[in-house]
Amino acid sequence: MTRAQAAKPSAVPDREEALELYRRMLIIRRFEDTVQDLFLKGQVHGTTHLYSGQEAVAVGVCSVLAENDRVAGTYRGHGHALALGVEPQGLLDELLGRATGVCGGRAGSMNVIDLEHRLIGCFGIVGGSIAAATGAALALKREGGVAVAFFGDGATNQGYFHECLNFARVFRLPAVYVCENNLYGEFTPYEQVTAGEIRARAETLDISSQTIDGNDVFGVQAAAREAVDRARAGEGPCFIEALTYRYVGHSRSDPGRYRKPGELDEWRARDPLIRAREAIGDTAEVDRAVEAQIAQVIENALAAPFPSPDPDAREFKDG
Amino acid sequence: MAEIEFREAIRDALAEELERDERVVVFGEDVAAAGGVFVTTPGLFEKFGPERVFDTPISELALAGAAFGSAVCGLRPVIEIMFGDFLPLVMDSLVNQASKYFYISNEQASVPLVVRSAVGAGGRFGAIHSQSPVTWFQAVPGLKLVAPSTPSDAKALLKGAIRDDNPVLFLEHKRLYSLKEEVIGHGSEVIGLGSAAVRREGSDVTLVSVMKGVHDCLAAAELLASDGIDAEVIDLRTLRPLDRGAIAESLSKTNRLAAVEEGPRTGGWAGEVLAVAAEESLDDVDDLWRITTPEHPIPYSPTLEDAFLPGAEAIAASVRARLGVAAGRS
Repeated sequence: MTRAQAAKPSAVPDREEALELYRRMLIIRRFEDTVQDLFLKGQVHGTTHLYSGQEAVAVGVCSVLAENDRVAGTYRGHGHALALGVEPQGLLDELLGRATGVCGGRAGSMNVIDLEHRLIGCFGIVGGSIAAATGAALALKREGGVAVAFFGDGATNQGYFHECLNFARVFRLPAVYVCENNLYGEFTPYEQVTAGEIRARAETLDISSQTIDGNDVFGVQAAAREAVDRARAGEGPCFIEALTYRYVGHSRSDPGRYRKPGELDEWRARDPLIRAREAIGDTAEVDRAVEAQIAQVIENALAAPFPSPDPDAREFKDG
Repeated sequence: MAEIEFREAIRDALAEELERDERVVVFGEDVAAAGGVFVTTPGLFEKFGPERVFDTPISELALAGAAFGSAVCGLRPVIEIMFGDFLPLVMDSLVNQASKYFYISNEQASVPLVVRSAVGAGGRFGAIHSQSPVTWFQAVPGLKLVAPSTPSDAKALLKGAIRDDNPVLFLEHKRLYSLKEEVIGHGSEVIGLGSAAVRREGSDVTLVSVMKGVHDCLAAAELLASDGIDAEVIDLRTLRPLDRGAIAESLSKTNRLAAVEEGPRTGGWAGEVLAVAAEESLDDVDDLWRITTPEHPIPYSPTLEDAFLPGAEAIAASVRARLGVAAGRS
């Protein structure tokens, strides 16, 4: 499909499941709003890369994963983590550098790891998630698991993309590569720095590929299910290009001045939450519950203790 | 027990660990069907099959990424990066990901992978197939660095590296591959990483090195013996973690130490050894210095390369000069 085409309506799962997908997307949106707010207040340190606008991709894909599957996310990874069920409390605590964070405050926004929730890591090097998931797929092949890599359009110009997709195809690894094409690699329009079509790069490696509407959570779920099933069945890796858009700048220092006039409004009209609500109907109960949940998470996070410097911190597992 | 070559010791260690632990996998360029370009992996593919031992594309980013990701998910991969000079291509996975994982994950998991790589000059391979890139990696917390000098150690340390829960860079010097030795301990010995070995006891000066340099130091010690200088030779065996105790212990006897490094002086591991000596043993120290290669790329021509490397004669001459002893005194 091309970007200009209207999204075709996709099959909506039953109300309970649809509401769950919506709930997860809303948690991510409210979480990112919170992070932005706390960042501006100086509570979140360093930099942040927010997932607002892209929620349907992570939520749709992660909704079809099994217990023995694994995911590698990006430095724009809060959405990937929350979609997998990482506790918002542990994640926000991590961003605030608190001892109760999922990584004890050692990792921060860009490098979250939560193995209990199948997140092998978020990777601050563009394309790093592709490498990690490729290796994970090599291990998971033995036990019927599937590895998913999320990455942006920018990563498709990295060596990791070309080398790892080739590697995965040659060894028929159970990997699903999900490119979140949000139109910009940092501040630069992707068309300006990307030769040819992104999907064609995977296709030429003989990898089953789809380009989908990344703002339609139900469509993402259906496409991901197909890809994950294929990978699990031993048919090798799959590639999904999900067309989407981020509402905020690349990172904290980016006011997004490069956007084309009207572009943000156009995409906001296609907001994944609005579209899910249109399909579901009344979501008031979930809306209230998520607001209350996030409010509580913020309160707890701000009260959590900071980690104490640990003179015995180890570099090696046996050290 | 029959003597085996260094390269056979590598193969035997891999075979025994593949046999012992089904999580161990071996992959790299030409390691399976061809048996390795330095003939370090023959027979493994035939014995363990393509799921455990396989040839990869010439694709170091993918190789290292696959090692990292699979180690996080339960395998214990051993990959071969054909020449140490290619290691810059795996730096992201090794330095940015694997080595930091244990700490930044708040100890959720470590990354039990081994990167084997052939290093070292003297083979007329030129500037970009001859380096010993230890110091590119020595400043990386979370990464272990192994640099064996003998077949026995190569086998026992490689087994130790594979059983180690942390990422390990295992360097094999090209000019040691054909070195033969009777492998001690019936070949089943495992050496934990981080301990040095005294290769020759002496009382006048300590020579510290790794890999090929250890043999050069031993040869230099023989030359020095004829001058009445009794040199101790320490084989560090691992460069991270560094066996600080072994350095201090030797210095307490000899009071003089030269670190012999096949690499440039600036920023080299020899400097680290001297720093440790100064920090921990200053009262014992009469002299500390480095014997290294010149500060230019490794040349190709045999005459240039031979002159470039710190061999036994050069080491002995440096010690004599430093101790103020003329050659052939006794």
